[in-house]
Amino acid sequence: MENDIDQQKSTTITIRQIIEKNKHSSMNLSRIKERLMPIILFTIALISILTTAGILLTLIFETIEFFKAVPFLDFFTGTKLKPLGADPKFGVLPLLTGTLLSSAIAMFVAIPIGLMTAIYLSEYASDNARRVLKPILEVLAGIPTIVYGFFAFTFVTPLLRSFIPSLEPTNILSPGLVMGIMIIPMVASLSEDAMSSVPNALREGALALGATKLEVTWKVIIPAAFSGIIASFVLGISRAIGETMIVTIASGSSKNFTFDITQSMQTMTAYIVEVTGGEAAAGTTLYYSLYAVAMTLFFFTFLMNLLAQYISRRFREEY
Amino acid sequence: MKYVDDKKFQTRMTIRMLINKIAKLMFFLATIIGLVVLVILIYRVYTQSIGWIDWQFLTGKLSTKAEKAGIFGALLGTLWLMAVVAPITMILGVGTAIYLEEYAKKGRIHSFIQTNINNLAGVPSIVFGILGLTIFVRGLHLGAIILSGGLTMSLLVLPIVVVASQEAIRSVPQFLREASYGMGATKWQTISKVVLPASIPGILTGVILALSRAIGETAPLVVIGIPALILPFPDSLLDKFTVLPMQIYYWTIDSALVDEYANLAAATIVILLLALFVMNSIAVIIRNKFQKRY
Repeated sequence: MENDIDQQKSTTITIRQIIEKNKHSSMNLSRIKERLMPIILFTIALISILTTAGILLTLIFETIEFFKAVPFLDFFTGTKLKPLGADPKFGVLPLLTGTLLSSAIAMFVAIPIGLMTAIYLSEYASDNARRVLKPILEVLAGIPTIVYGFFAFTFVTPLLRSFIPSLEPTNILSPGLVMGIMIIPMVASLSEDAMSSVPNALREGALALGATKLEVTWKVIIPAAFSGIIASFVLGISRAIGETMIVTIASGSSKNFTFDITQSMQTMTAYIVEVTGGEAAAGTTLYYSLYAVAMTLFFFTFLMNLLAQYISRRFREEY
Repeated sequence: MKYVDDKKFQTRMTIRMLINKIAKLMFFLATIIGLVVLVILIYRVYTQSIGWIDWQFLTGKLSTKAEKAGIFGALLGTLWLMAVVAPITMILGVGTAIYLEEYAKKGRIHSFIQTNINNLAGVPSIVFGILGLTIFVRGLHLGAIILSGGLTMSLLVLPIVVVASQEAIRSVPQFLREASYGMGATKWQTISKVVLPASIPGILTGVILALSRAIGETAPLVVIGIPALILPFPDSLLDKFTVLPMQIYYWTIDSALVDEYANLAAATIVILLLALFVMNSIAVIIRNKFQKRY
């Protein structure tokens, strides 16, 4: 008996010793890992902050340099943009009108068609139709913008010119329309998300009162999903303002201050492409103008994104 | 006394039903517009590329002569770009996602980083190009090489990977983590041996989608200054390079001068769209096949 207990005791001790031994050999490393990993991961997470800071700082510093050479007011109220030549003029208004017009044309296409698509998908379509149509929209959203640019330049512009003979070979109308097509999937899918998150009880309540589907959509679903729908429009506008390749290819590079959409115009994004493509020497006003225009572009899109976030947060109906 | 005038009611009802039907038809037609444009676009590009995609086009060097031009260099450049973007976005994106989902306390820092990532996703791609131009190309004097193009592109698509990885990590059920803790595993052991393996399909899908965005993007690369004609094939990270969309861009704008360049651009678009189609199919397959539902 005595012997047995002794033996048990000794085995227990051996196992405990083994555990202690293992602790010392492997726990150290894993304890360090345990402490280190959150710090490493936090550092990695900071990279996204650094990117934003990098964008802001480069834009701000170089823009300040630009405004040392060109007065603030001349930039924002100048209607003449002549970056090259003996007497360069840096008025941003031609670029602003170009950007504004192309975005307006795009939204003229994207808002009605996108909203109607969203209504069809969320309220009318059968499950089968939705299963076919949604992937097609996703494909449309996944096509690179350069392909849309090619399409606008080699197909849409010649097509439009057969209707409107006065249309120039590069103009703001054609890229605007194609940009609208490009933005349809975005508006449609965001609006559809907003509409399908309206609870079914509201739909059924209205239907039970004798409303037709259209009346339910128009008087119940759209008001209930309004914030989400407006947010999708705002994000669409932001996308249109920042779009580069379609307008660079199809709208040309003339810097006229005009509101005639059949003419060639330049957008802010296309100007950036033109100046960087020309390898502007660092330190010249031309080079800094790149950053001033980019800053304006960034400011507008940032404002739109904030607005969209604000709208969808502030005016959301909670059910 | 009658409260409802039957005749009036009938006509009103018919009109309301009719309007509903017309509206339904309009909504359907609007939805179809997207499909119609897609078909026209693909048909146009395809017919313009017929006869131009051959072995010589796929393996040849760039040339100003349309008949002799090939896109092998651009294909290699696109592959190199993917080789830079994939590991960088994977490490940075998954790291950020793990930190946000598993370590960060829901508070000010967490929501600051989260808002920042959402905002970055809305910054126009050309602004990333300017960042790349200023920091990598001019600041670090790298020039328009694969490394600077890849780094720029990585920053651009990073938000996609972060958001996809966050969703994948969030969808790993809590009981798996608790079971792991219950077995005596530490936090990092739980993350690396339980959470990450379970969320790999979602993460991979996100990385592939980010890559397909990266190989189709043109604007940032135009801005960092990739020239129209690069003859030598790239064979290291420090070589100058060109990619498929850049070639489409130059051939499209020059098609006003030489008609055949439009055909070259169309042929390159076909190759690019095929590559995107394959990548997206892989993403869909991974999503459907490996995504477990708990």
